[in-house]
Amino acid sequence: MPNPPAQTGQFAIAPISLRRRGMNGFVTLAAGAAVVLVLLPLGAIFAYLIYKGVGAINWAFLTQTPKPVGEAGGGMANAIAGSGYILAIASTMGVPIGIGAGIYLAEYGRNRFGDLIRFTADVLNGVPSIVVGIVAYGIVVLGQGHFSALAGGVALAIMMIPTITRTTEEMLLLVPNAVKEAAYGLGVSRWRTTLSITLRTATSGVITGVMLAFARVAGETAPLLFTAFGNQYWNWKMNQPTAALSLQIFTYAISPFDEWHRQAWAGALILIVLIVASVSAVRIAASRGMLKGAN
Amino acid sequence: MTGPQPVEKLEVVSGARAETAPLIKAGDSHISDGFFHLAVLSCGVCVLALVGVIVYELITKSSLSWHAFGWKFFFRSEWDPVNEQFGAWPFVYGTLVSSLLALVLAVPLAVGVAVFITEMCPRRLKGVLAFTTELLAAIPSVIYGLWAIFVMVPLLREYVEPLLARYLGWTGLFEGTPYGIGMLAAGIILAIMVVPIVSSITREVMTAVPQQQREAVLALGATRWEMIRTGVLRNARAGILGGVILGLGRALGETMAVTMVIGNRPEIARSLFAPGYTMASVIANEFSEATSDTYLSALVEVGLALFLVTIVVNILAQLLVWSVTRGMPARSHA
Repeated sequence: MPNPPAQTGQFAIAPISLRRRGMNGFVTLAAGAAVVLVLLPLGAIFAYLIYKGVGAINWAFLTQTPKPVGEAGGGMANAIAGSGYILAIASTMGVPIGIGAGIYLAEYGRNRFGDLIRFTADVLNGVPSIVVGIVAYGIVVLGQGHFSALAGGVALAIMMIPTITRTTEEMLLLVPNAVKEAAYGLGVSRWRTTLSITLRTATSGVITGVMLAFARVAGETAPLLFTAFGNQYWNWKMNQPTAALSLQIFTYAISPFDEWHRQAWAGALILIVLIVASVSAVRIAASRGMLKGAN
Repeated sequence: MTGPQPVEKLEVVSGARAETAPLIKAGDSHISDGFFHLAVLSCGVCVLALVGVIVYELITKSSLSWHAFGWKFFFRSEWDPVNEQFGAWPFVYGTLVSSLLALVLAVPLAVGVAVFITEMCPRRLKGVLAFTTELLAAIPSVIYGLWAIFVMVPLLREYVEPLLARYLGWTGLFEGTPYGIGMLAAGIILAIMVVPIVSSITREVMTAVPQQQREAVLALGATRWEMIRTGVLRNARAGILGGVILGLGRALGETMAVTMVIGNRPEIARSLFAPGYTMASVIANEFSEATSDTYLSALVEVGLALFLVTIVVNILAQLLVWSVTRGMPARSHA
């Protein structure tokens, strides 16, 4: 579109030069290209997961334990269950502590000590997952004498806590004071107000935080390598090595067997479906409004 | 929390901000309230204690290696479990090179994506694009690794690396047999994993730049790009740097995907085609097989170094991001 010099009073606005317009167009194109380039691997990963994974998932895969090398068939049933088991142990420990610490920060944490805890939670959030694995090994595995589901659960719980703490605090602070004051005005005690009024009002927001933390650790592999360790068989004992989906994918992916590669893809597809489902659920919950009682 | 509020406080409270203390105090159930306070306080202390335990565990378990090798541990290239000689330099080198390579590839892309999403794309596309890039962050590391082994590495070996060797071989960075697996593959997969973090922080700090800045620059007759460059990027640069450093922190500690494609050989080579090893990978591969105490202790010391570096990097990044978004409502990026 030509851009003739417009007369505005006594000022003449110079047309934007070809060079500047060219630059503008170039950058717009480059930014668009960056988006395409970033979305390309995402698309490729999902396409391959579906392409390779769907064919390998069958009833045996979902119900059987791994077969020895060389034998066809077998599945990851114990690994799927093991992941659920470890995550349940992790959530049992991580969720109450995380929410409790979040409540502390929101209700009593407007001071130096609260800032210290906030800072520590952020530090904890940045600790590499493999280092968390070392620590869980040191505390639980060495204490018990062998690799165990409990050790894996402890490692994942450590990784869940900071996320839950910070989101819980954020969500509780969103609850308007008027709501709390109404409760106090009725003579309700402080702890009762916090639990049944503040936390109640912020429930969906807190759940969002918990789900985020859950999705984050659900696919973790590094901290389980020398804690849960993996297992070819079923195990429901807290103090025994346990299979996990992510560990099984890793072991199979770096193995030289085609059959195992096929199963690795199938396991990865199942893992990603579980994670994406929980993240999307969080997204939907968030877009429906986190706080029903807020103004 | 103090007792009944004096009258002057009334005005503040009627301003109704979330942080101000409630005007009316709770009823006097001191015992249960005290108990509740204690319960949530202990949860808070738990968070503190966890970091304490991590530091304590790492320091005590690595002391054997620390006393045996001292500072030299990080500058020696010998890694010989049989003769109990340990030096971490090849791992430090591999971690640094793969992470820097990842940043070189990821940062322009991430900033481009952030610029496109915040300044250029139609409103309707915004949410979808933001969600999709965040989805990249939700994919587990082991799945990136799986995809890299079976899809990306063959592509690199057959097409990309021969091309790089032919046209850029003279730099010395792209020499030797193109295995596919090696430092380059590790850098690329790390770049893919780091992009969502850097771009989400960049987006956040760009949104924090006041709208008037943009309008002022546009009113002076700037094109959109000139507006973005002088009005937005210049104001947000400290925060963007923070995002980049946060990405670095993530890349340094990343384990699984890198372990699966880097080749896992403690060698230092100039060529990016050559296999390497990183600090996180050596722990992942050798920790459960470490037979002697010194061996285990050396691996824990590698972990301690990794821990300290990522902590420093993360704190630095937080400070930089805060310097731009201060005063904005808090958002978590989990």
